[in-house]
Amino acid sequence: MSDARLETRPMREVRFRGGGFQPERRRWIGVAVFVLVIGLVEWGTRAGWISALTLPRPSEVLATFGELWESGLFFAHLVPSLTRLAVGAALGASVGIATGMLIGLFSYMRAALVPVIAAIFPIPKIALLPLFVIWFGIDEGSKYALIAFGTFTPTVVATYGAVDNVDRTLIRMGQSFGLSWLSIVRKIVLPGAMPGILSGLRISLAIAIILLVAAEMLGAQYGIGAYILEAGSLYDLERLFAGVVILSILGVLVSMTIGFMEQRLLGWRT
Amino acid sequence: MMDIRLEGIAHSYGVTEVLRDVSLDIDTGRIVCLVGPSGCGKSTLLRLIGGLERPSQGRVLQIGAPPEGCLNPLTYIFQDFALLPWRTVRGNVSLVLEDHGIRGRKAAPIIADVLARTRLSDFADALPKQLSGGMKQRVAIARALAVNPAVMLMDEPLSALDSQTRELLMDDLISLWTREPFTAVYVTHNLAEAVRLGHRVVVLSRRPGRIREIVEIGKPLAERGYADPDLDRVQQHLWSLMREEARAADEELIDV
Repeated sequence: MSDARLETRPMREVRFRGGGFQPERRRWIGVAVFVLVIGLVEWGTRAGWISALTLPRPSEVLATFGELWESGLFFAHLVPSLTRLAVGAALGASVGIATGMLIGLFSYMRAALVPVIAAIFPIPKIALLPLFVIWFGIDEGSKYALIAFGTFTPTVVATYGAVDNVDRTLIRMGQSFGLSWLSIVRKIVLPGAMPGILSGLRISLAIAIILLVAAEMLGAQYGIGAYILEAGSLYDLERLFAGVVILSILGVLVSMTIGFMEQRLLGWRT
Repeated sequence: MMDIRLEGIAHSYGVTEVLRDVSLDIDTGRIVCLVGPSGCGKSTLLRLIGGLERPSQGRVLQIGAPPEGCLNPLTYIFQDFALLPWRTVRGNVSLVLEDHGIRGRKAAPIIADVLARTRLSDFADALPKQLSGGMKQRVAIARALAVNPAVMLMDEPLSALDSQTRELLMDDLISLWTREPFTAVYVTHNLAEAVRLGHRVVVLSRRPGRIREIVEIGKPLAERGYADPDLDRVQQHLWSLMREEARAADEELIDV
């Protein structure tokens, strides 16, 4: 006879109370949310409980987008914008990473530059556009400068934070094996700071896209930002939204690129 | 042949005196174990010996020249392994050779040799995250062997491992030593490790650390075994030296 049958006291299973608090991969949920929201707006504008003045009909935005594509103006707007984004962000991010490394590695640099960075971080860079136009000209120069300046500060802050977080025991290990200062920086500090630098880039590149529109406020005939601003001043909601959608897609693509870089460069993380 | 001599070492962090008047000779080809209650400054002493910190008083002397082909005379093995997580096993060993201009084809035989000696040949391309704790520490040992050190400075190398892995790794260390005797300073709080691996066991008092007693263990390393009665007696003696101090050290407030 088993013990269980002898047992007369009340019995119940132990209640499960663990689990959760652990992000898991859920495919297609993101896509489903987009489809749901767009479908809802489409339905609302057709049924009339969303007025045409509040939101444009998604299908009409798509049609506008189609016109833009067919007229060949799509690339005429996209190419200059992408160039401005690439040049400005590359400039800002690389100078930002270099400055952040200097702050992380040298106490004098930290003492000298951290207050300066703190002072320029909260300045809305858009407010400085007229100044940039005077300094760098109304052409591409001022646009590159605005985007570069906007990406610079968050990259600096992320980079020196990341350098501060590099495991000091690894640096002591490098010293104990007689590695040169440069080797320690190149082989231990830089790869160790890479996760923080990349997550900083996620933020600074999003800021770069935001500033793209601002940069095209002055002296730009072509560009996604110019297109949106022109549509906005005419209250042409369909064209406005077509432009905004392009920016969103750009943001998603940038984020995906960084995700891909993280997979390639940071596969060593547990 | 290279010996290490400590002359009147004293060290303080601010107003906290950690070590007081420590003098010790470390002879070639022998393992010296440093034991003592927690916070007695044994890890500090090891950092002083390897030049990672400067003593407040006294000096650390290298006597004689390091052996030929020695790239890094004083080489550490750390408690937390200190492997670069983004480099493979081979890459971690290669790291310490690169700065000496040894790379590519010149490095390959050295890396192959040290990985064979630590039984890691099959794992050369694995990343640290794929390895168990014991294997990680064997990689760190392989890396240390690659620079052909005169003295190995081991800072609680087995403390982050579970007790079974610890036994296995002790056997590995003993067989490495019997094949090719190396000089080592081995810091541990585990008396069983000290009596298994040490030719001499140096007992430090609690803070400020001074040398209380030096116990010589004559039995050859290869003949020492698990639960060895001879070693048990030595361990009993060491514990009787340390017991009261360990209790007092445990009840001390930490002032940082």
